[in-house]
Amino acid sequence: MSVGFIMLAHKNLDRVAQVAGYWAQRDHPVVIHIDARAPRADFDEMTEVLQKFRNIRFVARRPCDWGKFSIVAATLDAAEIMLAQFPDVSHVFLASGSCLPLRPVEDLDAYLAARPDTDFIESVTTEEVTWTVGGLDLERFTLRFPFSWKKHRRLFDAYVNFQRRIGVQRRIPEGVEPHLGSQWWCLTRATLQAILTDPKRSVYDTYFSKVWIPDEAYFQSLVRKHGREIESRSLTLSRFDHQGKPHVFYDDHLQLLQRSDCFVARKIWPRANKLYRRFLADEIKVLARIEPNPRKLDKVFLRANARRTQGRAGLKMQSRFPRRDSWALQKTCAPYSVYEGFSDLFSNFDTWMEKRTGTRVHGHLFHKSAVKFAGNAEIFNGCLSNSAKLRDYNPEAFLTNLIWNTQGEHQTFQFGPADRQEIGRFLASDQNASLYVVTGAWSVPLFHSEMNFQRVRRIAARYQAIEAAHVENLRSEHTRAKVHIWTLAEFVEDPMPILQSIIEQFDPGTSRKLTEVPKMADLTGFGKFVQRLKNEGMNPHLVGDFPLGDIALHKTPSLKPYVVR
Amino acid sequence: MSLASTYRLRLERKKKRLRAVRKSRELTPVVDRTDEIRAKDILLFCTLRNERQRLPYFMAYYRKLGINRFLFVDNGSDDGSREYLLDQSDVSLWSTTQSYRRAKFGVDWLNWLLARHGVGHWTLVVDVDEFFVYPFCDSRPLPALTDWLDASSIRSFGAMLLDMYPKESIEDAVCKEGQNPLEVAEYFDAGNYMISRNPKYGNLWIQGGARARAFFGNEPERAPALNKIPLVKWSRGNVYISSTHTLLPRGLNLVYDENGGEKASGCLLHAKFLSSFPEKSQEELTRKQHYANSHEYRAYNKGLKRGTSLWTKWSEKYINWRQLEILGLMSKGSWV
Repeated sequence: MSVGFIMLAHKNLDRVAQVAGYWAQRDHPVVIHIDARAPRADFDEMTEVLQKFRNIRFVARRPCDWGKFSIVAATLDAAEIMLAQFPDVSHVFLASGSCLPLRPVEDLDAYLAARPDTDFIESVTTEEVTWTVGGLDLERFTLRFPFSWKKHRRLFDAYVNFQRRIGVQRRIPEGVEPHLGSQWWCLTRATLQAILTDPKRSVYDTYFSKVWIPDEAYFQSLVRKHGREIESRSLTLSRFDHQGKPHVFYDDHLQLLQRSDCFVARKIWPRANKLYRRFLADEIKVLARIEPNPRKLDKVFLRANARRTQGRAGLKMQSRFPRRDSWALQKTCAPYSVYEGFSDLFSNFDTWMEKRTGTRVHGHLFHKSAVKFAGNAEIFNGCLSNSAKLRDYNPEAFLTNLIWNTQGEHQTFQFGPADRQEIGRFLASDQNASLYVVTGAWSVPLFHSEMNFQRVRRIAARYQAIEAAHVENLRSEHTRAKVHIWTLAEFVEDPMPILQSIIEQFDPGTSRKLTEVPKMADLTGFGKFVQRLKNEGMNPHLVGDFPLGDIALHKTPSLKPYVVR
Repeated sequence: MSLASTYRLRLERKKKRLRAVRKSRELTPVVDRTDEIRAKDILLFCTLRNERQRLPYFMAYYRKLGINRFLFVDNGSDDGSREYLLDQSDVSLWSTTQSYRRAKFGVDWLNWLLARHGVGHWTLVVDVDEFFVYPFCDSRPLPALTDWLDASSIRSFGAMLLDMYPKESIEDAVCKEGQNPLEVAEYFDAGNYMISRNPKYGNLWIQGGARARAFFGNEPERAPALNKIPLVKWSRGNVYISSTHTLLPRGLNLVYDENGGEKASGCLLHAKFLSSFPEKSQEELTRKQHYANSHEYRAYNKGLKRGTSLWTKWSEKYINWRQLEILGLMSKGSWV
């Protein structure tokens, strides 16, 4: 009672010989098929190395093409030799030339001896298959594939589409239930014998010779007819990337492989000397009854595939540069807040905000003369410079960089009509942005300024035009940012609930009351100022409906705790 | 991409190839060991001038990665670089005293050598102060990467130039011969890079880092390009257009994913800012052999007062490739 190995290989024959020798030396027969296209010299060298083993056989070499029946034919040839010449073999294990045993072969013997009637073969109905690249599953069995997928992709696709359109279908022979699965299996002698001696085998072979990738379908389907106990999983650890290409193992995977407790893994990089040395060494200890557990490895592979297909949200770099129109993707990596008008209204808004929320509160990052980082820093996380020219050269990169560089710390900054406006559209389109806008608040510093009124009026008109465009942009249906807009009049009428709700966002759950509020600018006489602007022919509509007289609530809000709800 | 512009690029590529053939007459073979090149070898191509001091470590670094074929163009060194290279058994050397600038900053020469010897090989084009870092470079030799690229049908591999600098002032950062320059210039800017797409060639145009911050704060548009594609499976007909920033055919420039995924990429650690730099930049300024009328060197000279340090408290100290990966400067892609 023992397991025999069939090896299919086409290159790196020195490694194939090494692994075959390892099994043969431990009294496990090996039947090897080498692709007829492998160099003759390599093959000769290999047979010479292996000729000392009496339990190794070579199958007549066929040229093998990926996705063609020749691979199945080679496997069938090898299986016939195995069953005919090695009567002690109870299980047959199909391996590739880039496979490497991870556990002693005695472990595998013991494992299989405890499950004498079990066929280990991944065999999944075509409806359940999730991994097929290109979406061909049942159609592998019902269409024809005369063109090579690797060499003539366009012809291949065109012919598939053509058949779909005209609705031709091949008839699946009786007794074949279409199943798919990993090419690498381990079958019992009885099952394999039944498949080889099936009276309808020639029908099946003819049929499968035109199925696409029959090495993932032939045994996987026929085992359903002949197998007694099917365990639908492969004993060979093999994982695929997003392109359907097997992941390769290197020396630095040693520990992961050891901890996987799998019997055999593929593919091994042929120059992974350490892996070959370690796993083919004699002193590897027997683990006997432990089940393979590749969960940890799977996690690593899943993460890698996700990184390749989805990447890190909000990152723009040399090998990840989403198209401008990729609306579904996050533009920045973390939420941030933008306050417009607050610092005009509250002189100490930055420090108050920083203290209340523990977030990083910047000044006007898009100030025309320089980037106003928190604390007036000249340089910020990631070596971002405060140079306005560098920032304006690519404002979006500046902001995405800032958010990326400060992961784990919420960023807040001030924005207003006096700033560079190029970033406006980006802010509106970024789902991570929260904008709190008090429109018309720019009029408060103007109100307090000692400038000539004509000049004030001109500036006010300009700011209003800029802000109106900005607000219109924020209100557009394409906006993905969270936007809150109040007019100045609305805001000063009752600022406390607004401030309270802003604070609570950073500290949800606790109903901390506002005990300290920022200092609001004195608005005595502001109504008259607004009226004067109107008298000069300007309509400061963004300020809102401000009463001419002084309203009761416009003064500094009371320090009394205020509870919302 | 319209047919017309495809055709124009095709013409440009052909012209570039012809130009390389013409410029090849400027090269004199000094020692030619290219007949020893075997099918699977990875070839390193490099143009240099007076880099004797840097060469020993440079060679050791790339030999350790698994490169055993070096093809150098020596542009008139008089500091012993040439003699040093002659002694190395894995070096083929060509020399020229012609203008670096008029050979499109060495690109013409290298295009010719690549066409002659690179076809069918993975080729790495770097400068003597550039150190290639790729995912798992501390545990896997370069052939592991190129095998994986081959299996994934990827023909070119991007590696952004990452400017490294010392903490002390540049003229005090002395790197001894044979010493790892990254021990001296061990800091870099982690998060101030600006990227846009070049519609003509389809490559990304990356600027930023310490050079943009320190020398080009007032004219960012002139900050040097940092995008590089140094590792290419060379086919007949490939050409580098300007330095290793851009190639033709255009497909080779698509080393980035546009749907949100990350392709695998590396970095070229650029150990330019060492004590030899101020002198060198002065010299380059007088030779006037660099890009855009050596504007870059003029900017350095203006910015480089004695005691200039590029270091800031936000500078990142280099540890390994994993750190660069976490910072988002390079990516493993789906390579595990």
